Amino acid sequence: MTQSTYNKGDVISGAVLAALGVYIITEARNWSFTSSEGPGPAFFPIWYGVAMVVLSLLLVAGSVLRPSVNKGTAPTNWQGIGRALTVWAAFAASVALLNVIGFLMSFALLTLFIMVVMYGRPLKQSVIAAVGNAVGFYLVFVLALGLSLPVGPLGF
Amino acid sequence: MEALLGLAQGFAVALQPMNLFWCFVGVFLGTVIGVLPGLGPAATIAMLLPLTYSMPPTSAVIMLAGIYYGAKYGGSTTAILLNVPGESASVVTCLDGYQMARKGRGGAALGIAAISSFVAGTVGVVGLMLLAPPLAKFALTFSSPEYFALMSLGLAMVVLLAGASMIKALLAMLVGLWIASMGIDLFSDASRFTFGTTHLLDGIDFVIVAIGVFALGEVLGNMEKRGQGTLLPVPKGLRNLLPTMAELKACRFAFVNGSVIGFIIGVLPGAGSTIASFISYGVEKAVSRHPEKFGTGVPEGVAAPEGANNSETGGSLVPLLTLGIPGSGTTAILLAAFILWGLRPGPLMIQDNPELFWGLVASMYVGNVMLLVLNLPLIPLFAQILKIRDYLLYPIIFGISLIGVYTVSGSLFDCAMLAVFGLLGYLMRRLDYPSAPLILGLVLGDSMERALRQSLMMSSGDLSILVSRPISATMLILAVVLLFLPLFRKANTWRIKALEENG
Repeated sequence: MTQSTYNKGDVISGAVLAALGVYIITEARNWSFTSSEGPGPAFFPIWYGVAMVVLSLLLVAGSVLRPSVNKGTAPTNWQGIGRALTVWAAFAASVALLNVIGFLMSFALLTLFIMVVMYGRPLKQSVIAAVGNAVGFYLVFVLALGLSLPVGPLGF
Repeated sequence: MEALLGLAQGFAVALQPMNLFWCFVGVFLGTVIGVLPGLGPAATIAMLLPLTYSMPPTSAVIMLAGIYYGAKYGGSTTAILLNVPGESASVVTCLDGYQMARKGRGGAALGIAAISSFVAGTVGVVGLMLLAPPLAKFALTFSSPEYFALMSLGLAMVVLLAGASMIKALLAMLVGLWIASMGIDLFSDASRFTFGTTHLLDGIDFVIVAIGVFALGEVLGNMEKRGQGTLLPVPKGLRNLLPTMAELKACRFAFVNGSVIGFIIGVLPGAGSTIASFISYGVEKAVSRHPEKFGTGVPEGVAAPEGANNSETGGSLVPLLTLGIPGSGTTAILLAAFILWGLRPGPLMIQDNPELFWGLVASMYVGNVMLLVLNLPLIPLFAQILKIRDYLLYPIIFGISLIGVYTVSGSLFDCAMLAVFGLLGYLMRRLDYPSAPLILGLVLGDSMERALRQSLMMSSGDLSILVSRPISATMLILAVVLLFLPLFRKANTWRIKALEENG
């Protein structure tokens, strides 16, 4: 199977960074570049914003003009990427749930999700681990270290 | 003489029961996370940093430094027994260490790694003790232009050695600089890059980015694969861990080589322990009478890189403590820790906080002894940690990361930012953007901007102030040379080869 002629990751990330550079320059133009006292708040951002645009365009140009340097690299592992992104989404959801059901519940649910869905562990074992994790964290961080964590409607 | 007096004072601090305890906790935790592949010292220090806020700074520094050098001891265990480096610096140890283990000399390989780490780790601390005070005195003459030039040089070194693509390393650094400038400007009251939210007026806390990019990024990257490696049998009993006299004799030069090379590389910003271990392995092979045997399980092939890896710690603390310039992701997090406790590492640190500086140095002597004692008899126990399953470990890392961020500010907005930076860390790994330049850009961004603007205030806006002073001009020229080095094909081939052999 022939690899795509250029590295799509480099082109897309380069384009995103070029856009970020343009955003930095546009924002910085609202502030003063120099004043009577010396350089203003825009001085440093303009420099690195311009550098970012130039470098990211070089990255894009480099990967388009010098194609297929990837000698026999493995094809992209989309299944793996899907796994990682699913776990990330679960983590983001547990953050969103923090002020709804509290830290301990949301953490137990995350543990349960990772064990059952991502690793296919038996439900009983996963429930024990999830409750164990939550209780362990409560003992260490709340009781022993006295930290206050977001609590849910049940008071924990 | 001054150093000896300082050291005596340091031991008085380090030997206090409380500090001994925290030193032990640090080296123990360090060994554990060193053993665990996929969880490095940078991520661990970032996660635990918020929990040290209520500790006295000296105890906290002693513990976090213990994690830093303890992880290097632990990293060799997985390299030798599993052929999986626990840390990137242990990649070279795999070459001969795993071969020794396959030949049934795994115990001796672990023993040599521990002894070499001890010898070189101690040499590194001696080097730190002798070099830091004079360097700090010299740096007292530095003014803003010199600091700007020094930081530029540090960033250039990190970018040069961070990954195969220098453009990507530079871009990662620029993103770090951008994140650093979020919030209210230092000199005026302009609020920059706050996206209209008041949450960003104070900028983004360093801890959030560090935990997101290092800890969560690492775990998400590991989630892609499901399997675990097969462990070679762990030798039982102390006797099996002791190398033979012949093996020790073969390692004599490697102990010295690793100690010296590791320290020198450590002092230079950017190079880091991975490069140090690779170079000392190369030197060992070059001067060996039987270079063809390297890679088949020779003891000096374990001793040299492990020594360099550990001696590098002492070296890397020299620029951190005397100039306030970190040379790697992990030392950048240590710098952030100092700043959080209200301490500013720099030329005045030894004068202003002698008990902290000398206490840390003395605690590293103590810590190295603890590690030797811990590691030789307890290696079989530590190897059991490898049996902890990913599905139990990863949720715990997520939990500790979240608590770490929440304790900094008590803000759920920051927890959401953690998720964002976790995704960024994962995408950077996926797309081959190195994370060290981003973290360094973030840590140095504020100081660098301040130094640049102060320099230009001194010269009424004339940029030539940066090149008209000899020290600053030399450093800036060096930085430019480093950045343009890869344009020369031969130099770039050498650079890529070095990075590739590093894994």
